[in-house]
Amino acid sequence: MDKNRTARIVGATVLSGVFVAAALTGCSSTPSDNDSSGSTEYTLWDPYPDRDASSDWAKAIDACAADIGITIKRNAGNTGDTVKDLTTAAAGKLPDIAMVDNPKVSTLADAGLLTTTDDNGLDVSDIQENILTAGQIDGKTYGVPVGANTLGLYYNPAVLEAAGVDIASVTDGASLTAALEKVVASGKKGITFSAVGTEEGSFQFLPWFWGAGADLTALDSSEAVSALTLWTDWVKNGLAPQSVLQNTQGTSWDEFKTGEFGFAENGSWFKSDADAAGYKSIQIPGENGKPAPAPTGGEFITIPIQKDTARYATSVKIVKCLTEGNTGADSLGYVAPTAAGQEAQLAADPTLEGWVTAVGDAKPRTADNLGVKYGTISEQLYTAVQNALSGGSSPADALAAAQKAASEKLG
Amino acid sequence: MAPTPGATRPAERRAERPAQRSQRLRHQLVAWGFIAPVAIYMIVFYAYPLFRNLDLSFRDYTLASFITGEAPFVGIANYVEVLRSPTFWPALGSTAVFTLGSIAVQFALGLALAVFFYRRFPLSTTLRALFLVPWLLPLLVSASIWAWMLNSDSGVVNAALAVFGISQVNWLTSPQTSMIGVLIANIWIGIPFNLVIMYAGLQNIPDEVYEASSLDGANAWQTFWRITFPMLRPVSAITLLLGLIYTLKVFDIIWIMTRGGPGDSSTTFAIWSYRLGFGGGSPDLSPAAAVGNLLIVIAFVFGIIYIRTQRRTEDEL
Repeated sequence: MDKNRTARIVGATVLSGVFVAAALTGCSSTPSDNDSSGSTEYTLWDPYPDRDASSDWAKAIDACAADIGITIKRNAGNTGDTVKDLTTAAAGKLPDIAMVDNPKVSTLADAGLLTTTDDNGLDVSDIQENILTAGQIDGKTYGVPVGANTLGLYYNPAVLEAAGVDIASVTDGASLTAALEKVVASGKKGITFSAVGTEEGSFQFLPWFWGAGADLTALDSSEAVSALTLWTDWVKNGLAPQSVLQNTQGTSWDEFKTGEFGFAENGSWFKSDADAAGYKSIQIPGENGKPAPAPTGGEFITIPIQKDTARYATSVKIVKCLTEGNTGADSLGYVAPTAAGQEAQLAADPTLEGWVTAVGDAKPRTADNLGVKYGTISEQLYTAVQNALSGGSSPADALAAAQKAASEKLG
Repeated sequence: MAPTPGATRPAERRAERPAQRSQRLRHQLVAWGFIAPVAIYMIVFYAYPLFRNLDLSFRDYTLASFITGEAPFVGIANYVEVLRSPTFWPALGSTAVFTLGSIAVQFALGLALAVFFYRRFPLSTTLRALFLVPWLLPLLVSASIWAWMLNSDSGVVNAALAVFGISQVNWLTSPQTSMIGVLIANIWIGIPFNLVIMYAGLQNIPDEVYEASSLDGANAWQTFWRITFPMLRPVSAITLLLGLIYTLKVFDIIWIMTRGGPGDSSTTFAIWSYRLGFGGGSPDLSPAAAVGNLLIVIAFVFGIIYIRTQRRTEDEL
């Protein structure tokens, strides 16, 4: 029968189509042919496709190139994922300078793509130590931060005032919970944050985790459980909305900007937006009454391995130029990585002081020599957060399962 | 492969004159010339990626492999790892629930709507066109809007339920309901496809059959189950197969709405494969490829079943 045959042909065609649809993972690499040894054109890759040639960042790069007397060809990868780009480019030609998200530095270093400061002769002594450790593995330094951002606790003074909350009273988890209860009792909403099931979720949970005294090498410690219980109880008792389970930091900020929330955990990159709306911020309170260490965000400038090692000297000059002072950090909205740069930033805008202090107290995610292990641990951590906040399992069970899975994977 | 109509027995070939032989050769070359573009296309874009994916799943491919170009052969170790993973059975269950649940409801509703629209009535064309809207929207848009509508605190679905006194349902943020949440969105997206194909199928049923049945005094119910449904069988089969393959690999809707969570509660094989390869901090490319291959095998098995059933149907007729 004709109809049957048509149907079968369509079926067969579709079947063969599936093979391609499912075979997504093939990767290939094309060696690039521009051998630029001895050339004065240097390539720089960054993950900021949104910053075009007229941006402050592009101008900062051009200024450095003019200073050194070279040209810098900037490639703002349109995927925004420098790691993927670098690994695919590795077989061909790596850029002279690559900017990499700080937790990924150890991954690339582990893959053997990056030079150490011993190889390239970069002096890192003036870089603030706690930010720098994200680029250090086994005592070797693989890059320097262009700047850093971190997380803080924003609050809406109007909401707190109406609820009768004094921000000075918020010094630890318990006092924050009490403040949230007052805010909710006044008819407003408590706190919003991002507990999404991606790296962002871990990033946002870490201040509470570290603030309780927990350590990433023991996800199931009692300190870790108390931190996760704090979050879980907020969601369970309606002090934080269910939407935190899906919020990215961007959507969480949108929630906060409705003006309905008392508090929001979010990043220093929203400072100017917060200033405009009249929101203020404090450091995230830890369990001992002191500010908790928040994780650092921001890219590292790295110098990938080159065949022509003579190029490193100039690459080092470019790195120096971009990290010294505050031009590079300012153009990206980061706190500068050096004391001199931070002083210059504070002189220009004294309201930055809270964030400069927060960056000083902050800690990179890959610190404590976790390096590449961080990715595996983080995946388990945000999964545990999701499981506990959704009511799927208790904080203790979720973290115990996470630790078990992490240990198994790390062997 | 091209059939060779001029194939001859060896004894005869020896007797061929050189001119004949060269002409035959030219014919063959021309035949190959015609087939070459398709063959090359198939090899480059179908066979090679498939082979790569298989190869990847039998090696230990890490980021370092990109640089060194070396990935040790590990046999079935990746498959063993995937099978032993605590995510395997829940993910298999989720894949089954998501795929079968989507197809069953999409097919039933699509068929019902097709039958409904079969009888022309004022505005029927307009209404039918409106049902196609989900098909026209980019999946990113559909999934994001469903995620907002199903938002636990401020979603319009919960607001509507509240009118009827139903308390807040945590559609996408509770492990008990997240699968239902993504199912609802996927069914909504899949209905137009089923509607269109089943509607086309209905047009192919000859009117005489209906006339005869109405003369025999069949009621609407009998007409549907004894005539419409059996005569739609070939079309139904292809719709179900297409739906199955399409749904098995659904990634975007789930990823946008729940990212496979909370926990693993809405993690299907497609999501799991992506999570392994690109989602977490450490890229497990080889296990990801292994999960992807399992998906291919599942789709393949159902494809074989489909072709078998088709053959049997043809034999019966």
